[in-house]
Amino acid sequence: MLLEFKDLRVTYRGSRGRLPAVRGVDLAVDAGETLGIAGESGCGKSTLAMAVLRLLPKSAEVSGEILLDGEDLLQMGWGRLRAVRWTGASIVFQGAMHSLNAVQRIGRQIAEPILVHEAKTTPAAAARRAEALLERVGLPASRARSYPHELSGGQRQRVMIAMALACDPDLVIADEATTALDVMVQAQVLQLIAELVTERGVGLMMISHDLSVLSAVCDRAAVMYAGRIVEQGPAGEVFANARHPYSAALSAAFPVIGDPAARMSPGGLAGDPPDPVRLPEGCSFRPRCAVAVERCGAESPELLAVPVRGSAGVADAARVSACFVAQEGMPVVL
Amino acid sequence: MSSEEKTLTARDLRVEFGLPGGRVARAVDGVDLDVAPGEIVALAGESGCGKTTLARTLLGLERATGGTVAFDGVPLRYSTRALKAYRRQVQLVLQDPTGALNPRHTVYDAVAEGLRIHKIHDDEPGRVAEALSRAGLRPPEQFFLAYPHELSGGQRQRVVIAGALVLQPSLLVADEPVASLDASVRGEILSLLLRLKEEQGLGALVITHDLGLAWSIADRIAIMYLGRIVEQGPVEQVLTAPRHPYTRALVSVLPAAPAVKAAVAEPIVLAGELPDASKIPGGCRFRPRCQEVASGNAAAVLHQCSGEDLHVLGPEAEPHLVACHLDRALHGDAKMAA
Repeated sequence: MLLEFKDLRVTYRGSRGRLPAVRGVDLAVDAGETLGIAGESGCGKSTLAMAVLRLLPKSAEVSGEILLDGEDLLQMGWGRLRAVRWTGASIVFQGAMHSLNAVQRIGRQIAEPILVHEAKTTPAAAARRAEALLERVGLPASRARSYPHELSGGQRQRVMIAMALACDPDLVIADEATTALDVMVQAQVLQLIAELVTERGVGLMMISHDLSVLSAVCDRAAVMYAGRIVEQGPAGEVFANARHPYSAALSAAFPVIGDPAARMSPGGLAGDPPDPVRLPEGCSFRPRCAVAVERCGAESPELLAVPVRGSAGVADAARVSACFVAQEGMPVVL
Repeated sequence: MSSEEKTLTARDLRVEFGLPGGRVARAVDGVDLDVAPGEIVALAGESGCGKTTLARTLLGLERATGGTVAFDGVPLRYSTRALKAYRRQVQLVLQDPTGALNPRHTVYDAVAEGLRIHKIHDDEPGRVAEALSRAGLRPPEQFFLAYPHELSGGQRQRVVIAGALVLQPSLLVADEPVASLDASVRGEILSLLLRLKEEQGLGALVITHDLGLAWSIADRIAIMYLGRIVEQGPVEQVLTAPRHPYTRALVSVLPAAPAVKAAVAEPIVLAGELPDASKIPGGCRFRPRCQEVASGNAAAVLHQCSGEDLHVLGPEAEPHLVACHLDRALHGDAKMAA
């Protein structure tokens, strides 16, 4: 297994007390596999991403294990961690404008991690590699001499991807990497990511609020709510046939064009995710849930295999859901 | 069409901006559009296509350099007084509710601001309460003294909408009304716009980059590319059977139902990005990126694609209009419909 989270918990200490952002997450990504993580702002998905490279602020208390190739990232010394960043795992953030240095040429920024991590590489060789990477992500090599402000949003996001690949990592984490982009540019970047995953056999953990994007790129998808994974399964299945009422609402928020059921009937969910300081009793989704039963107010459901449509009530090990209603094989949408 | 009551109309609208070096950006380059009460029109396109400039011009925030904007048959005038009167009828809803609300103003003050600007002093609390409840914040009195930070994202956007509704406009112009909201909250705001249309006959022009939004709430859709509307018509027709190569490409990269997938089989990922509005290609403006030109499908009409600008599409609600030489060759002359 390339990446494994074992009972990961992250709690922020703040002025309002202890704020649990990730509350026990178990997940795994294999080499060459793509895992999507979906959820709304505040569900803990970005905290999960940051935890992998230990980029969390000092106020975060982290427990559990994050194994990269079997080695626990949380126990690593700083020297080893520095070596793992970029070469073992790298990350593409959402706002490329803020992640790139505005006063340094693109080529130099891509070459920098190569020079830092590979002592034997000469600056000229690193510059050549940077140009090759730019061409690989669909930009002319001459762009190496440009500054970030001379590029469009889509081009900057391509630069971020080139940079993430600079040291040939085994794992790439993309945190809302296409969110601010236009539909067509987003399609271009998603196509590029999918090609690179196949070509280089990297593992990809892709974080997005948009389940439809994840279903287009990822093999598997996990949906997070209030710091926990509430559903996991093959990405297309989770999108098209959700087995948790929250995933169903997320899917419905991005309608399928041409679907008569979605025409003139915007899907959605009233209310907001719960305040992490005051989580509701029982299932944390219950206050917004349309199909909740009595048990949901008393017990917190675990993530268990659930039956899916066509399986004649037999639980499918590939589909897990933390919903009592789904676990009974009942529909999760009204 | 244009004489219909309370309709917002644009005719051959053009907005140009001077750039350093004497270049001119043609942000809006000939647009005909109608928005009537009781209908939701989606104006869709990528960033830089001119959709926000078009919206600002329709609201009188930007002056047209050519063509006309009219409301209820009367051309827009730009005196302070005339604009003020106009904006009682046509209200703007902004994208980011957190930015649009003053954090130190209560909900009551935020909603009453429009009344105070327009010096409408009779029954202020009653009007504010009514606007809040039309925006779905009920009971309204409960929200009067709340501050924006005490509200959820969806509630904040409802307050912004209530601020627009308090003047009892006939039309809303909403620029990306849900783009900054979380997925699950989007539906709540879109349902509200739909309900305001159905129950109260409010019309809206919704500016968006999101075709799914149009499928959820709009009656008509206009697809904008580089300052022009390239395809326009009823949402069902434009989105399930798109005809302009640009619309076909946009629809092809989105999740779509099997019926639509049959019409647009393979995802068409266009190369490159939207050109600069100061460098609009001659002939058909979409030609340099057009997949039909690249594949040779348009060979028979290529001389037109590269040499002949297309007509500005008319504002008619029906039929489905397309600004494409190839489409015209295949479907007969689109001008006949106009």
